[in-house]
Amino acid sequence: MTAPPTAGQASRSDPHGTSATGSPPRRARSRADLAGPALALPFALLFAVFLLWPLGAGLWTSFTDRSLTGAAPSFVGLDNWAEMAADPMVWRSLWTTLLFTLMTTPPLVAVALLMAVLTQRAVRVGWFLRFSFFSPFLLPVAVVSLIWVWIYQPGFGMLNGVLTGAGLPEVNWLGDEGTVLLAIAGTTVWWTVGFNYLLYLAALQGIPGQVYEAASLDGAGAWQRFRRITLPLLNRTTAIVVLLQMVASLKLFDQAYLMTNGSGGPDYAARPIIGYIFDSGFTNLRIGYSSAISYLFFAVIIAVSVLQFWLFTRKENTA
Amino acid sequence: MSAPTATPAPAAAPAPAPAAAAPRRRRRISPTGAAATVSALVLAVLWLLPLVWALLTSFKPEAETTAVPIRWLPIEPTVEAYRQVIARGDIQQWLLNSTVISTLVTVLTLVLCALAAYAFSRTSFRGRNALLLLFIAGIMVPPQVLIVPLFDQMRLLGMVDTYWGVALPQVVAPVMIFILKRFFDAIPHDYLEAAHLDGAGHLRVLVSVVLPMSGPILAAVGIFTFVQAWNNFLWPFVATTDPALMTVPVGLGTVQGAYGIQYAQQMAAAVLGAAPLIAVFMLFQRQIVKGVTDAGLK
Repeated sequence: MTAPPTAGQASRSDPHGTSATGSPPRRARSRADLAGPALALPFALLFAVFLLWPLGAGLWTSFTDRSLTGAAPSFVGLDNWAEMAADPMVWRSLWTTLLFTLMTTPPLVAVALLMAVLTQRAVRVGWFLRFSFFSPFLLPVAVVSLIWVWIYQPGFGMLNGVLTGAGLPEVNWLGDEGTVLLAIAGTTVWWTVGFNYLLYLAALQGIPGQVYEAASLDGAGAWQRFRRITLPLLNRTTAIVVLLQMVASLKLFDQAYLMTNGSGGPDYAARPIIGYIFDSGFTNLRIGYSSAISYLFFAVIIAVSVLQFWLFTRKENTA
Repeated sequence: MSAPTATPAPAAAPAPAPAAAAPRRRRRISPTGAAATVSALVLAVLWLLPLVWALLTSFKPEAETTAVPIRWLPIEPTVEAYRQVIARGDIQQWLLNSTVISTLVTVLTLVLCALAAYAFSRTSFRGRNALLLLFIAGIMVPPQVLIVPLFDQMRLLGMVDTYWGVALPQVVAPVMIFILKRFFDAIPHDYLEAAHLDGAGHLRVLVSVVLPMSGPILAAVGIFTFVQAWNNFLWPFVATTDPALMTVPVGLGTVQGAYGIQYAQQMAAAVLGAAPLIAVFMLFQRQIVKGVTDAGLK
């Protein structure tokens, strides 16, 4: 039925077999004092080694000229940070990331909502709809990239085949500076909309049907019911979806890297900030500089999260 | 570092069927309902088109793949592309690696996060709230920020190109502690009290009382973690240079060139790489939908 994975751990000796018979929680205190930390320890250990350590090391490294070539690093103060502020590629890639976020967030929210509302109405084909809308989300990014590079292919790709079939001119989707980010955004919408769709679907299922029936009796049409009932009741979900989506979009890297063969696209038009972190660290081997940019990216994520949290809580308070 | 021996029990522990969501009662199909169904189906078919195109391409002889104008159906369907890809052997190795690593990540996440969640939910100790706060703060750190220093650190630890090096950093997902803690918090005190009175220690209570009551949430966390680990790209990509240790996303991503301009083979490899999770999804759709929703909403 449930959760066998941990069962094997039971043999790890239980140091406190003593009974708390009849004693108030107070008396059990000293025993619990040891049990708690012991139980939290394994996770805390990994947390320290694989999160706190690299986080601290990264910050320290950003003040050095550390390199992957193995040359002894020396302390360079704020040099990396100063260089970063003056490096047009930093701002270019940051802009690419923001642009991508602006391009993908609205469709990823709106299309997900549309899909969820349609699924809610079309009960009989629900299984097929859930499969079709959600299954792309389960594809590994490399599979998604393989399929879409093939679809965007000039000449014999599916999309251009459809375009030319309709008498339209062909577009070199991934090879043109003006369309490469758009093409990657389109792929991303197809790939990840299923997640937001599931969140909306769950929220819709929480709305009692009687609400709609009452509105129907009052003569409200489908569109009116959607505008006046569904949308307002989904406010909270929409806020969560937008928040999760923006942070997810800001983390663009995988598909942009794979769909441009790691090149960043023509004239780096599709190299996001994480792509530049990656290139600085692993191509140019400059870990110090790359760490400084990592922290810039970190600051952006924190700023966006805090801003959204603030907007979100303010809205809730006034509601 | 030795490879872990076959780890038992994959993540998708069958959850008890969730209470069927009461379907909205509809006596007749209204015109708007019919319109909704039709547009939903059109959209769904459109959404499947890329997958269908990939599948159809994979059954074409290479010469047919580059025909202009494009043809949807293969004229002479063949499994030659699959034979070529499978003969190469990479994809089987990657599928195995992905299975081992995702299972490792999932089992460790479930065990460690359940232990920690119980500690925060049901024990008290000095510094508990501070530690909890530290873990909360950890949620805010995007893994991408850590990639470069983490790689540096892995070289130091000699864990580059090992299963553990790929898996362990992925276990640090503090958000799972909160999901579990919130669930544990809701378990009535009486159940645990009774067990404590019987002389059971905390670990015993966790294993024999709390966990058996937490099936659905453990399944949700497990499914979510497994899917994420299976599809994770950036860290496994950085942490492995040896093709024999690569996961499906990394292997397919880095040797894209190996299939050259053999589009049928590329698509066959893509189909093989996609198949496992899609198949699991078809079998356990309800549980996966619920798992992703529960864990995804935090």
